[in-house]
Amino acid sequence: MNMIEAINSAMDVMLERDPNTVVMGEDVGYFGGVFRATAGLQKKHGKTRVFDTPINECGIIGVAVGMGAYGLRPVPEIQFADYIYPGLDQLVSEAARLRYRSANDYICPMTVRTPFGGGIFGGQTHSQSPESIMTHICGVKTVIPSNPYDAKGLLIAAIEDNDPVVFLEPKRIYNGPFSGYYDRPVEPWSKHEASAVPEGHYRIELGKAATVREGEALTILAYGTMVHVTKTIVEEMGVDAEIIDLRTLLPLDIDAIEASVKKTGRCLIIHEATRTSGFGAELAALVQERCFYHLEAPVERVTGFDTPYPHSLEWAYFPGPVRIATALTKILKD
Amino acid sequence: MPESDSRPASNLPPLSLHIPEPRYRPGDTPDFGDIVVPEVGATPRPSEDSKPDAMRDMCYGLVRVLDFDGQAKGPWDPKIAPERLRAMLRYMMLVRAFDDRMFRAQRQGKTSFYMKCTGEEATSVASTMALDRSDMCFPSYRQQGILITRDYPLIQMMNQIYSNRGDHLLGRQLPIMYSAPEHGFFSVSGNLATQYPQAVGWAMASASKGDSRIATVWCGEGSSAEGDFHSALTFATVYNAPVIFNVVNNQWAISSFSGFAGGERTTFAARAVGYGIAGLRIDGNDPLAVYAATQWAADRARTNNGPTLIEHFTYRSEGHSTSDDPSAYRPSDEPTIWPFGDPIARLKQHLVTLGEWNEARHEAQRTELDDLVKTTQKQSEKLGILGHGMHQPFETMFQDVFEEMPWHLKEQCDQMLAEQEAKFGPNWKPE
Ligand SMILES: Cc1ncc(C[n+]2csc(CCOP(=O)(O)OP(=O)(O)O)c2C)c(N)n1
Repeated sequence: MNMIEAINSAMDVMLERDPNTVVMGEDVGYFGGVFRATAGLQKKHGKTRVFDTPINECGIIGVAVGMGAYGLRPVPEIQFADYIYPGLDQLVSEAARLRYRSANDYICPMTVRTPFGGGIFGGQTHSQSPESIMTHICGVKTVIPSNPYDAKGLLIAAIEDNDPVVFLEPKRIYNGPFSGYYDRPVEPWSKHEASAVPEGHYRIELGKAATVREGEALTILAYGTMVHVTKTIVEEMGVDAEIIDLRTLLPLDIDAIEASVKKTGRCLIIHEATRTSGFGAELAALVQERCFYHLEAPVERVTGFDTPYPHSLEWAYFPGPVRIATALTKILKD
Repeated sequence: MPESDSRPASNLPPLSLHIPEPRYRPGDTPDFGDIVVPEVGATPRPSEDSKPDAMRDMCYGLVRVLDFDGQAKGPWDPKIAPERLRAMLRYMMLVRAFDDRMFRAQRQGKTSFYMKCTGEEATSVASTMALDRSDMCFPSYRQQGILITRDYPLIQMMNQIYSNRGDHLLGRQLPIMYSAPEHGFFSVSGNLATQYPQAVGWAMASASKGDSRIATVWCGEGSSAEGDFHSALTFATVYNAPVIFNVVNNQWAISSFSGFAGGERTTFAARAVGYGIAGLRIDGNDPLAVYAATQWAADRARTNNGPTLIEHFTYRSEGHSTSDDPSAYRPSDEPTIWPFGDPIARLKQHLVTLGEWNEARHEAQRTELDDLVKTTQKQSEKLGILGHGMHQPFETMFQDVFEEMPWHLKEQCDQMLAEQEAKFGPNWKPE
């Protein structure tokens, strides 16, 4: 399966298993989603389980909160993460706080799925990476898969989780892992071992990172598309890096991070999102606090620039091979 | 950029920006003589399955049942048995007694905050009585009448207001932001109008499960300007959700009059027209009109005829909250000359007219309810008041952010516990 098929399969499994699961969003019903993530689900599970909504993100998330209060397990889709902002009040003020403010009277077992990230000539409003906005909300979990196997297992775990989860799908790698070289053809997922996705139910526990590559020279913390870009450059340069795919940003797998950085003594953080107050800042602070006496070089960050996401200059903006290679050279210097 | 006072040469007259202004400000003598008060009985009662198109006039009229002499008349008379009318009166009087007592408790420094619903008691008590107990209510902060009408223990309301050790919300929420799932009362949020789409979602869930329960939701006319209001009405009409929208038009949103929510141009009930939703505009100080309209809307929702928007035309008689002084923005006699009177006085008069009530019984009931509230207050205060010690175990601050506490919250919890131990010693217990 590619990533879309894996995500589709996760929803299919949950719709089958739990009669309270409902899938909704703009164009997700009859049409099957602008990225085809919900293709076939309405036909199979019926219109009251999988349906189209008005173009209104506040309504989509607000209605899902009410459905959760009733006892359903809604899986709303926001067509692009860039369009989650109209629904942010419902996410921040309501979904995230419902359990806390009602002392468990009401919960919000909602999973908001949304494609995010750049690399597709999406311009300003089809490319954003708003994960640090999500991780700054207390009461919401933030999950980002980087391959089909994880995508399905993490999405099932997110849907089964009794807390609100924002599930950010790196759309650049829906069809195949991205090397970071936009001028090379993309390999389809079928050539990748993570495309072997079981048909049935399985979960990947939230809050657990995956070590994508073991190494001794430095630790690289990445997630989503950047896991693959990073891996390509590391292999090209022949650097013995340990690459950790965080998978869940909140709750974060701090033990995996700490163990790795203490072993390697160096830490490079890579994300597409803009730099200032990005999730990398949180990671850098945590590493500094917990691994200070093991660090042999300053913690480095490779990120998008602090500008809106450009259209024509996309590949000058994207934290690609050159920026990563430069950072690797710098951090390994001494 | 041109300077702000220069404009391009043009023959056209200058445009002017309209900033709404209430008719009366402090020092003015208000006169509401021009408010149209249709005759009781003049407003027809369409059937519950009427098409929204046929409901248009209902959005601009005013459903009334009780005339100002206390007679119930016309097609909307819900013909409630005297027993239930007395129960309704009792609940409204209890709400008022509760409000007065808790307002005073705030003034005495026993809690940080309170909000009364004086003059608006009918909008929650009478509508709750017209619902089924299992119907779900999504209130704003001014519908304490729902809880009281559903016999939620007063002491629990007080415990929440005092954030004391009996507060089942563990002191996390500002006073009056109650939550009571067993009583079909959704957790109140500080963020206005967010409950609107949530109620629609609940109603959609109920419909999709083939349940028979419906949802009801309230907001003020000020809050109807929020985007969530539009979201809710759009979703409700698209999915024909079994929901009743209440807009309590009490004329004021803190210091802003209803003109800042668009009330100068049209009614709030008329919002329904554009969505293809049934709309009713009613005298919100007429408990029988509130009851009848809610019953109509509930029947409509229950028979899959869709949502209804009810505008309760009423008046916020007191300050917005304990933090507000209305004499700073409106004439102090405005509440008393408001043409629709007081909902409690009007229901009382009706019962007296029917020969089912009298002055002596009324006074006796008032005393009884005051005593009940006072006694309950004493019991509640035994469980603590705000600011006199801390009433919850410290670690409860970190619980329920998530179902299970993640490591970062555990660490912060430990840090806080160490801080508190440094302050209070190791043997501290909640008071
Ligand atoms: C989203 C949001 N904006 C602003 C406020 C501050 N606020 C609290 S109550 C209020 C007025 C609401 O007026 P209305 O809806 O008419 O209800 P009423 O108080 O008259 O019952 C405002 C502005 C808030 N709580 N939430």
